[in-house]
Formats: sequence, structure tokens, C-alpha cells
Amino acid sequence: MITGYFLRQGLNRWIIASLVVILAIGILVPAANLLLPAGHPLHVPSYIVALFGKYLCYALLALSLDLVWGYVGILSLGHGAFFALGGYAMGMYLMRQIGTRGVYGDPTLPDFMVFLNWKELPWFWSGFDQFWFAAIMVMLAPGLLAFVFGWFAFRSRVTGVYLSIITQAMTYALMLAFFRNDMGFGGNNGLTDFKDILGYSIQSDQTRAALFLSSAVALALGVLLVGALGASRYGKLMVAVRDAEDRTRFLGYRPEFVKLFAFTASAVMAGIAGALYVPQVGIINPGEFAPANSIEIVIWTAVGGRGTIIGPIIGAILVNAGKSAFTGLFPEYWLFALGALFIAVTLFLPKGIVGTAMHGWDALQRLRAARRHEEGRHDGPAASQPEAAE
Amino acid sequence: MNVIKRMTVTRSIAALFAVLAVLLSPSMATAQDSDVALRQAIAGLGAEKGYARLREAINVVAQTGDPRAARVLGALTEGDVYRRADDGAVVIVSGRGQQLTLHDPVTGEAIGTAPKSALDKVRVNNSVRRSVRAALGGLTLAAGDPDIRMTAARTLIATPDPDSLAAIEKAISDEEDDAVRDALENARAGAILFSGADPETRIAAIETIRNMGGQQALSLLARMPASPDQGVLQAAEDAAASVQKRLQYWGLGQNIWYGVSLGSVLLLAAIGLAITFGVMGVINMAHGEMVMLGAYTTFTVQEVMRTSFPGLLDWSLPIALPLAFLVAGSVGFALERGVIRFLYGRPLETLLATWGVSLVLQQSVRTLFGPSNREVSNPSFMSGAFQLGEISVTWNRLYIVVFALVVFAVLLYAINRTSLGLRMRAVTQNRRMAAAMGIRTPWVDALTFALGSGIAGIAGVALSQIDNVSPNLGQGYIIDSFMVVVFGGVGNLWGTLIAALSLGVANKFLEPFAGAVLGKILVLVFIILFIQRRPRGLFALKGRAVDA
Repeated sequence: MITGYFLRQGLNRWIIASLVVILAIGILVPAANLLLPAGHPLHVPSYIVALFGKYLCYALLALSLDLVWGYVGILSLGHGAFFALGGYAMGMYLMRQIGTRGVYGDPTLPDFMVFLNWKELPWFWSGFDQFWFAAIMVMLAPGLLAFVFGWFAFRSRVTGVYLSIITQAMTYALMLAFFRNDMGFGGNNGLTDFKDILGYSIQSDQTRAALFLSSAVALALGVLLVGALGASRYGKLMVAVRDAEDRTRFLGYRPEFVKLFAFTASAVMAGIAGALYVPQVGIINPGEFAPANSIEIVIWTAVGGRGTIIGPIIGAILVNAGKSAFTGLFPEYWLFALGALFIAVTLFLPKGIVGTAMHGWDALQRLRAARRHEEGRHDGPAASQPEAAE
Repeated sequence: MNVIKRMTVTRSIAALFAVLAVLLSPSMATAQDSDVALRQAIAGLGAEKGYARLREAINVVAQTGDPRAARVLGALTEGDVYRRADDGAVVIVSGRGQQLTLHDPVTGEAIGTAPKSALDKVRVNNSVRRSVRAALGGLTLAAGDPDIRMTAARTLIATPDPDSLAAIEKAISDEEDDAVRDALENARAGAILFSGADPETRIAAIETIRNMGGQQALSLLARMPASPDQGVLQAAEDAAASVQKRLQYWGLGQNIWYGVSLGSVLLLAAIGLAITFGVMGVINMAHGEMVMLGAYTTFTVQEVMRTSFPGLLDWSLPIALPLAFLVAGSVGFALERGVIRFLYGRPLETLLATWGVSLVLQQSVRTLFGPSNREVSNPSFMSGAFQLGEISVTWNRLYIVVFALVVFAVLLYAINRTSLGLRMRAVTQNRRMAAAMGIRTPWVDALTFALGSGIAGIAGVALSQIDNVSPNLGQGYIIDSFMVVVFGGVGNLWGTLIAALSLGVANKFLEPFAGAVLGKILVLVFIILFIQRRPRGLFALKGRAVDA
């Protein structure tokens, strides 16, 4: 078993702990919502389930960015595009499920197509009435885009800020494209008014609970994947490419393939996050492609700590919880807070919360070991632990 | 008359009487004569029954050549000319309801009221309206002001009417202004096309129309009544083809102009970035907000001028220029000293931090000025447009093109010929060596960044003229600016110029085929592919230092 192999390779206990926590949340929160009566002190209201379900998708998205940025050193400013593509694939399935319940009651054409006077379904919409097809497209569309984009970019050794800027241009171009009505994706309004998923009403608490659990499971799988990759030999190679790309190349490796693999895998993860996000918020529109959204993903990752596994998850949840709280209490100050967060994190907390905490923990361990050494009770090589590479 | 009046001031009363007696009495007499003739002609409008008769009467009125006839003819097309039932006098009426105000058809003075029942309307149809238009054209052709005559001639070209041929012929022989006479010749040719003239005359007219060119010539040739004569048909077809071809060239020119105009906007937006990103290597995502600050400075200056110094309103742009440079420049200076200098050598972090700064700046402006669009008006010397052949050029676009080139030249001078520019280049090329030579590199960094930001602020002044001034102004330019700088080659001002202009022109040439949005997408995709081929841009700096 692959999982068994990874486990034998030695998954960090932090990862196992976080897997347990994520799955526990995934089961306990919906359970508290469904099983406990409304008056119970531990009852979780439905809107909280929806909100945290959204955060879990964001966490998976941040984790996918962490895979490319934290481990391979590619700062993608276009990850929102992969997220949105996955979301659109799911949205197309959900649109087809509406059937005759739309405003115009057309059995095959979604409302916006009837409105635009289209007579038949465009070819790229066919197949989306099947869930399995949509599920494949959720991964295939972002993965393929990332593969093609990465193939060209990494092969011609576009690196650093240039790569960041062209990923930003990519998501910007996609945003412009999806805003067009002629594209056949609902234009400005995007896809919305979903009715049900796999035959279950999208509004019901049970469906929401299932979606929440799926998001938690997807996030756990993401953690497992990134953790296993990070611990594997391939993970070492990724870090090597991040820290000294030229040296890795001189050693006979092909950094472009390492990057391409990480970029594509990360895009697929982002696509899955988008697909789980759309049924929970009930809409997908071209605004998701906005370059600003993609940069926000970067700040979640940076706040939590890039290059760590739980960092991006914590960062995504903290920043978004902060955003929800801020926009509720003082809406006009949210951008000030977000801007200040960008500046403060880059200036004072470049490793992020988790990175800094781990650094502090390591330093503390070393200090203790040194003190023991001083007291003449030297009992182990703990002090020679190398510091984690940046 | 003026001359005479001035003479009355200087000369004696006796002299005045003499002059009046000699000079004025004949002209007074002719004025009275024409008055009578005009009134008679106008009376004809009311006397005749039937549209054909009415048209003849209109021609009689027009043939008086009296400019005052324009009033009654204009009122006729509006349906405001009535015949008084009791005496048959022709009047112009105004007002609504049962009781109408009557006006004298010649002078326009009010001459009392009458109930509607006591008035008969002089009815008109489309053919009468055409006659009136032609007659009016003929009348204004006799106006004293060449501009009015020119407008009249243009109207005649647009609405060719064989009936007005006589009036045009007369006007041509009287005309002294060459440009107006040319327009009149074209009008005559147009009228001939629609008349039953013999083939030779019509072919000559087609030739004239062909030389006139333009969309109008094309429409005249298309609308021209079919002729049984093969020669005329052939000539018309040839002329249409040749006009079409010339229009295509003009269309090309127009596209190039739009492209250059868009390119100059891109250049303005990107040129500051060419300094901060191109020369210093700082990824300044707050660059667009510097542009926005410049635009808001312009808005503020304009508001101050409007409320406190209305006389200087037209000067608000020149006043705003240095202020915008100072505002954006000092914000840039503070940004460099406060944030960016701690992040040198960490470009990705710089990107994030400056993005944060851009959010803060946007929100500050939104809090101060409100989220809605602010209007910055064009000063009078920048509004309007003029025609260059078939290319229409708006003044504000022309000014922006010129302005962008001037800013570019000044910047080039500043970098290549000033002491700050010398130190800037030294620090970029070899920081440690420059420091060893006694250059205060941190200070140069700060000034360079302030210069780039200040230029962005100046760009904001110009862009406020063509774009909405809103807190989001900058975000619209940031990606385009980066594309221009990267495409042109980082660290190369000439590359930025060429990249901006070629991207602008490419965009405008794609638009007719692909539409505005798709055109933009195609350009973006092209740049993304281009960067794959040449990661260092069109004009890459060579050398090892660049790769570091």
C-alpha cells in the first residue's frame, strides 16, 4: 500500500496529529449540528457549518499553494484561477442538475443560455450532467492548464518574479475571458441558483453536513499528500530546487520536471478545493479569477507559515475568520487590516506563525541541551540537530 | 456702419448729416425694397394650395436671397407657420393650447394672439421639407461668415438636391473663400448625380465626388439613382472602389492613431514602473496606487480652483502636475524608507508587502474621497476634436500622446545627463563599487524610488483626463504596466517605449476582429508566450549582473 509506504517513511507526528484534528472536526461539527437539539449549548448552527466548510476549502487551497511556494519556491499569483476552474466544473454540473426547475424551464439549457437565445448546449457543456464526468473535469481542467502553462514556463526557465507576474497575467486573462457572455459560462453573473447535488437538495442541513465532511476529508488527504511528499525523496528534491535550482540541475536532476509535477499536483488540489467550495456558497462567478483573490491566498499561506504543513491551514482559517469578523464589525477597516497584515508579516514574521513557533521550539530545545551540556549532564546529540532550511 | 459710427464721433454734426445723406439713403431704400419683396414672397406661402405650389412658393422665398427668410422657412418645417383665416396673412405661432401667440414672419416680433380656430396650418410633407432644407442651404450660402457658409455647403453635400443646383451655381460664382468653394463644387457634383443631367456631366460629377472621398462620397455613390448609361455606371463603380480603398488606408491610419493613443497611456502608466522595477528591481505592486494618487491630486486641485479661483480653472492641470509629482513622490519615498529597504534581495516578499501598501492606500483614498467616481473635467484647450483627413483626433488624446513623449524625454535626460541619474546608474550596475566611490547608496535608492513614484503621479494627472478617477483606478493599470516593462526588457527605457506603443497598436488592430476584451486577452496570451521565449524582454540588458 502506498499509504503504508509513506507511513513507514515516517510521517511527522505533527502531521498525524493534524490529520486526527481535521477528521475529528469534520465529523464532530456536522454531528453537533444535526444530532444536538437547537437549544443545546454545544449545538452548532447551520450558518457556522457553512462558514467553516468554506474555510476548510480555503485551507485546502492555501495548502496547495504551499506545495508550490513553500516547497518548490514558485510564487504563483494565479492559484485562484485553478480554484475557480474547479469551481466552474462543479458549477456546470450543478447547473445541469437544475433541469426544468429554472426560470425558463428548459430541460437542457441553463437559464442564462435561454436568455442569450442560444438554441443548443455548447459542446464543452456536454457530459456535465454526469457527476463522474464533472468530478474528472474538476481535476483535469486545472491540472491540464497548470501542466501546459508550467511546461512552457519551466522549460524556458522563467523563474522568480517573472513567473509570478505571468501567473498573475494568466488569471487576469481568464477573468476577462469568463466575464464575456460569449464564453458560455454565464458571463458576469456566473453560475448560480443551484438546486441539488447527487439528488440531494443543496440547501438541506444533511447535504451541508456531508459537504463539510467531504471538505475535511479532502483537506486531510491534502495534508497526507503534502506530508508524504515532503517526507519522501522527491520532497528533498523539491526543497533542493527551491534552495538552489542551478546546483540541483548540475547534479543531474531536471528541476523543470520537479516543478511541473508540483505545480500540476497543486493545481489539481486547488481545483478540488474550488469544487467543494461552490456547492457550499452556492455561486461561482468570474470575480474568483481576480488577481487580488490569488494574492490573498498567498497571504494566508504567508501568515500561517510557508514550507510547513499546518501553517497554511491555520493561516487560511485565521485570516478568513478575521475577515468575517472585521467585515461584520467595521467593514471599512478590513482593507487597512489586510494591508497591514501583508506588510507586518513580510517585515516581522517572514516564516509565518507556525514557522516562527517551530523555530522558537527548536531554539528552546537547543538551549536546553546546551544548558544540560554546561551542567555536565551531556546525554545525547540533540544540540547537533541541523536547522531547517529556509 | 461701424466705420460711419466712428466717424460721427470725430466729425461735426454737419459732416454727419452730409455723410448720412450721401451714403445711407440708397442702402435704406434697397433694404426697404427687399423687405417688401420678402413679405410678398412669404405671403405666397399662405396663398398657394397643394404641395407642388408650396414648393414653388418656397423657391420664390429662397430666391429673394434675404437671410431673414430663414426664420419662416425653419418654422415651416417645424409646422409652426399658419395662415390667418380672416386676412390670409402668414404668421409664425408659438405656445400650446387654444390661444396661440402670433409672430411676424420676417422680424419674429410678437404681434398679438389668436384662437386656434382662427388659424389655418400651412401643411407640409417630406418633399416640402426637402425643398425647405435646400432653400435654407442656399440662404445660408449667402451668409457673411465663411464658417456658416462652410456648414451650409457640408449640409448640401449630405443632402443632395437637384433643386438647389441653381443656388449652388450662384454661390460658387460669388464665393471668395477657396475651401468653401471646393465644398460647394462637391455639393454641386452631388446634386448633379441626383439630377437628370447628361452622361458627360454626370461622369465629371462622379470624378469630383471620387476626389472628395470619405464615407460621404461612398454613400452618395451608393444612393445615386441608376442610370441607363453604361459609362456612368462604370464610372460610379470605379469611383466607389477607389473611395473604398482610400477609406481603408485612412482606417489603417485611424487604427494606428488609436493604437498610439492607447500606447501612450500604457507608456505613462508603465514608465514610472520602468524606474522602480526596471532599474531598481523592486516589484512595486503599489505602483498603480501612485497613479491613483496623482489623479486624486488633480481632482483636489480642480476642486480648490473651482471654489476659490474660478479664473484659474483651466490652469488646474499645469498646477496639479508638480503637486502630483510631490505627493506621489513623497509617498514613494516613505514607502522605500519604511518598508522596501528592509526587503532588498527578497523580491517575492517585496511584492507582498507593496501589495499590502496598495490596499492601505486604496482604502485611505476611499475613506477620504468616498468610493464613487470623481469627475475631473477637461480644460477647454483639451476638449473637442479635429479632423485630419478621415482621421478624427480628439485634443485630449493628442495632448496625452505628446505629454507621454515629453515625460519620456525628460526621464531619459534625467537618467543619462543629471548627477542623480549618474549615481542611479552606478548603484544599479555595481552597488558595492558605487558605495566605495562615496555614493550614499541608500539615499540614491530612496530618491530613485521617489522619482519612479513621482512619475507615476504625473501619469495620474494625465490619466484623470480619460479615465474614471476612483480608488480602483490604479488596479486597472498594474498588470498592463508590468506587461509593458517585462515585454520591453527590464532596465531599458527605450524598450518600455517601444513595448508600450507596439502593445497599444497591436491591441487596437486586434479589436476589430476579436472585440475589445478578446483582443486584450490575446495580447496577454501573446506576452505570456513571449516571456517564455525571451524571459528578459525585447531589449534585454546583457551581462552577468543582470542575472543576479
